[in-house]
Amino acid sequence: MANTFYNEILIDHNQNPYHKHALPDANMTLEGVNPSCGDDIILQLKVEDGVIRDGSFEGDGCAISQASADIMLDMIVGKPVEEAKRLSALFLKMIRGGCTPDEIEELEEAGALSDISHMPARVKCAVLGWHTMEEMLAGRSQRATTEKM
Amino acid sequence: MTNPFRADFPLLKELDIAFLDSAATSQRPVSVIEAEKHYYERYNANPLRGFYDLAQEATQRYEEAREAVRAFLNAAGAEEIIFTRNTTESINLVAYSWALSHLRPGDEMLITISEHHSNILPWQMAAERTGAKLRYVFCREDGSYDPADVENAFTDKVRLAAAGYVSNVTGQLGPVRQMTELVHRNGGVMLVDAAQAAPHMPLDVQLMDADFLAFSGHKLLAPMGIGVLYGKKALLSDMPPFLRGGEMIDSVRQQDATFAELPHCFEAGTVNGAGAEGLRAAIGYLNGAGFEQVEALELALTEQALSGLSALPHVRVIGGKTAGEHHGILAFLVEGVHPHDVSAILNDDRVAVRAGHHCAQPLHTYLGIRSSTRASIAFYNTPEDIARFLESVSSIRRKMGLG
Repeated sequence: MANTFYNEILIDHNQNPYHKHALPDANMTLEGVNPSCGDDIILQLKVEDGVIRDGSFEGDGCAISQASADIMLDMIVGKPVEEAKRLSALFLKMIRGGCTPDEIEELEEAGALSDISHMPARVKCAVLGWHTMEEMLAGRSQRATTEKM
Repeated sequence: MTNPFRADFPLLKELDIAFLDSAATSQRPVSVIEAEKHYYERYNANPLRGFYDLAQEATQRYEEAREAVRAFLNAAGAEEIIFTRNTTESINLVAYSWALSHLRPGDEMLITISEHHSNILPWQMAAERTGAKLRYVFCREDGSYDPADVENAFTDKVRLAAAGYVSNVTGQLGPVRQMTELVHRNGGVMLVDAAQAAPHMPLDVQLMDADFLAFSGHKLLAPMGIGVLYGKKALLSDMPPFLRGGEMIDSVRQQDATFAELPHCFEAGTVNGAGAEGLRAAIGYLNGAGFEQVEALELALTEQALSGLSALPHVRVIGGKTAGEHHGILAFLVEGVHPHDVSAILNDDRVAVRAGHHCAQPLHTYLGIRSSTRASIAFYNTPEDIARFLESVSSIRRKMGLG
């Protein structure tokens, strides 16, 4: 696993995050933090008629937290809210090491993070974006923190 | 391998690891590990209680450890040495006991911006509860302190000053002597956080005229869970207990109690006898090695690491330009790579460093940095450890796709 963990998919999303910018017409905004390591993102979504029309994130964090948030937005933009929730549950299941190869396949590029299940120190980095989205879609307005997952 | 001490550290023999996180916790020599074990095999009874021989021996070992700490710090008396769990508990003891009983609204506490959270949060608590104000003196960009800034930060309302002897981020010396002198002019007290200094240089509490000084055993080759608070007897005698309970009393009635003499009135509950035994062995080990040799080895390794890092493009070391200013602590940034990723890549190359804000968030914020990676050196490290570290750091940007 050594050194190969930072694979091309992660490096590319970290270097060139497509969704890292402000979203002026967003109608949902929530901050998410990893208190133990200081990762801090602001997730913004534009949701209309139960569909995620657009999304973005801003903030500061390690390559894993940044790439994971960018990959997530790639996957959920254009999808119904219920589908985003389903993918998020699947992602968390993968991070906990409980996904079948078929399920990992379904997570597309997010499957590049499956090795995180063997790296307890980085789990919170990987789930920050996803957890923030879940909290947001559940209607919570308080800053999301991975400490209370 | 030329380092004469390395072989004494079982973990470093067992594992192929360049351990550069000694500022977080040190490794332990076999003599310390054996001393703690031997305590349980040979002396174990509850110290300061039983009247049977074994309990007396346990008490005697415990008090001999206190005497070893007294000599280590050159304190005037052993009753000025209080065993705690760690530096954090030592500072909290002073905040809850001294500060809450002595500070009033309008008084000021002055600390430096370089402090570890354990030398900030207790004073925030004291400020909240007493109405005293918590103020800061700010460092230069390299983490050092301008005496004029220290002088200007003092008012005649400062009743307590506190500073780290060595910063756990920049490695710079804090303005301990100057703050001590200035706070004493006001009739106030000075607390020195020696957590990062005690393992690396000789300290003399009488010479520095500190009123309180705290350090942790676990950063000084000793077991986790044993720490020290030194306090001047005249001050400690005038302070209410911090924790209350077993074996810190003189007599207890239904509604009130009188308390034991120093230092036992500050050591409520069963003490860490084996930890004290380990700390005594750790001090013995350091005395045997000699601070002169410890300092020389650490300086040479720091020079190697600092010049290696300085030669790398896109790497910036936080703090002074010379190795002598760092005291074995090198926090650094790799441009374009988050410190957690730096630390993860170093880990893949079996190099252990810390990443984050190192419990000094206000300093990072003041310096305009969110977080950093920190390598910290001890005398049991080798030039090979440093070479492995530098080799790995030099590969990071390439591995992260930054060429």
